[in-house]
Amino acid sequence: MKSNSLSPARYLPFGDTALVVEFGNVISLEINAKVIALSEAVQKAEIEGVEEFVPTYRSLLVRYNPLKTSYEQLVFCIKDIEKVLKEPSAQVKGRRITIPVVYGNRYGPDLAYVAQFHRLSEEQVIKLHSDREYRVYMIGFVAGFPYLGKVPDEIATPRLETPRLRVPAGSVGIAEKQTGIYPCEAPGGWQIIGRTPINLFNLLQQPPALLKSGDIVKFKPIPEKDSKQQKNHAR
Amino acid sequence: MKIFRVLKPGLFTTVQDLGRYGYLKYGVPISGAMDTFSLVAANRLVANNSSDACLEVTLIGPELKALKQTQIAITGGFISPKINGQDVPMWQTLEVQEGDVVSSGIMENGCRAYLSIRGGIDTPMVLGSRSTYVRGGFGGINGRQLRTGDLIEGFCAPLIKFGYSVPRELVPQFAGKFTVNVIFGPQADMFTEKGVSTFLSNPYRVTLEADRMGYRLEGEPIKHGDKADIVSDALLPGAVQIPKNGQPIIIMRDAQTTGGYPKIAIATTPDVSSLGKAKPNDVIEFSKITTGQARNKLFEYHKLLNSLGKMLLKNQS
Repeated sequence: MKSNSLSPARYLPFGDTALVVEFGNVISLEINAKVIALSEAVQKAEIEGVEEFVPTYRSLLVRYNPLKTSYEQLVFCIKDIEKVLKEPSAQVKGRRITIPVVYGNRYGPDLAYVAQFHRLSEEQVIKLHSDREYRVYMIGFVAGFPYLGKVPDEIATPRLETPRLRVPAGSVGIAEKQTGIYPCEAPGGWQIIGRTPINLFNLLQQPPALLKSGDIVKFKPIPEKDSKQQKNHAR
Repeated sequence: MKIFRVLKPGLFTTVQDLGRYGYLKYGVPISGAMDTFSLVAANRLVANNSSDACLEVTLIGPELKALKQTQIAITGGFISPKINGQDVPMWQTLEVQEGDVVSSGIMENGCRAYLSIRGGIDTPMVLGSRSTYVRGGFGGINGRQLRTGDLIEGFCAPLIKFGYSVPRELVPQFAGKFTVNVIFGPQADMFTEKGVSTFLSNPYRVTLEADRMGYRLEGEPIKHGDKADIVSDALLPGAVQIPKNGQPIIIMRDAQTTGGYPKIAIATTPDVSSLGKAKPNDVIEFSKITTGQARNKLFEYHKLLNSLGKMLLKNQS
């Protein structure tokens, strides 16, 4: 794992309108921190022809206007920026956001399974899930869906064998060492352990997604009766 | 301004423009017309901007009653368009009077057609675009496909004096066979040499699992090296993913923005537009090109889109 995170970035073409700067092929804080640091630095540099960035677990996609710049030109520019990039500290900085969650019962239909799978009580699963801070590694899958990591080994659980056709909006799930929140109703195979009343994606806000890569999220267990008052009260 | 009432919605008809850019990092796909060329042509035939919103019709067209006099154009796959039951041509400006009924048959070739309205379709701008993203439930008419009874609103614009048509040599052919130019990477190195040659030397058939999100293809399985998974990273339309079973999936405009299958290659922009015409059972062959060749083709493609308005033929009135 360590050696992987130290290997130099790879520059790869992504069709005729984008390129990818790849830092590794594992889920690690160091790699993700580099991706986000480069994303911010390249954005600041305001390179002609660059249109948007997609930071992910392990790589940065840069979409450009091929009429204004080229793959070769951009690789040259971004390498320059990467060279002087400070080694991002592994200690997480970023906006801290608390997400209230009603765990279990009809809001978290898989909480009992996750507990049973690990021979824990439901309360222990809730405590383990809500005790630590998670990093938003990336947003993907559906609009506003944050991929958060990593959950403690004690509650890391494989996906459902048969995905659900409908997972309700706000559902909080676990898939292996990742945890995530469904911003809208969608099909999905994550183990659903709770639900948040917080709206993660709002078209009327700019930006529309509550979370972005690099943010720090902490879950806070709340009783069901509080969930209605908490609506739209994140941060 | 209300232009049409939907009498029948067709199989899957949505409002689309050139797409929604700048929100990939929030998980919002680009969406927009699957067949960009046909959308631009439909717009230019009624002197709209290339970026105006049209109806994207899939396989079976809608039936629309005109509430106002207007001008329209229908491009894309051949769908036997009719006004008041009379056959009318595609790829040219059509006059529509108040009370007229615009209808069509089943698409005989291709998969998608575009219906433009003079002035452009007026739906709220959502994150910089009018394109419908059905899975997210936003854009277009209430974030969904057309339904019976919907009203289609258009911007107010003076009618144009002359009709136009697209010169025959520019009308795309729909042969059910596609040669798709691809640039290798970003994960081409995860495939064996044999896997790469399999990919380039065999035809792949579009399966029934083909929609605005992507097309699953079927053919000679493409072999990975030691691993068939990656830690998820970004996707764009045109990405050719190869999951464990070796059968390619081409990512299209409404696909999720990240994915965990290795991408052997990415189809070029002009080819993604022509793939918008592909339907189940059509055959795709992949052809590898360099970034330099792709760049030249892209320049030609943009030149064509930009000059299309000037290349149209004026119809006699």
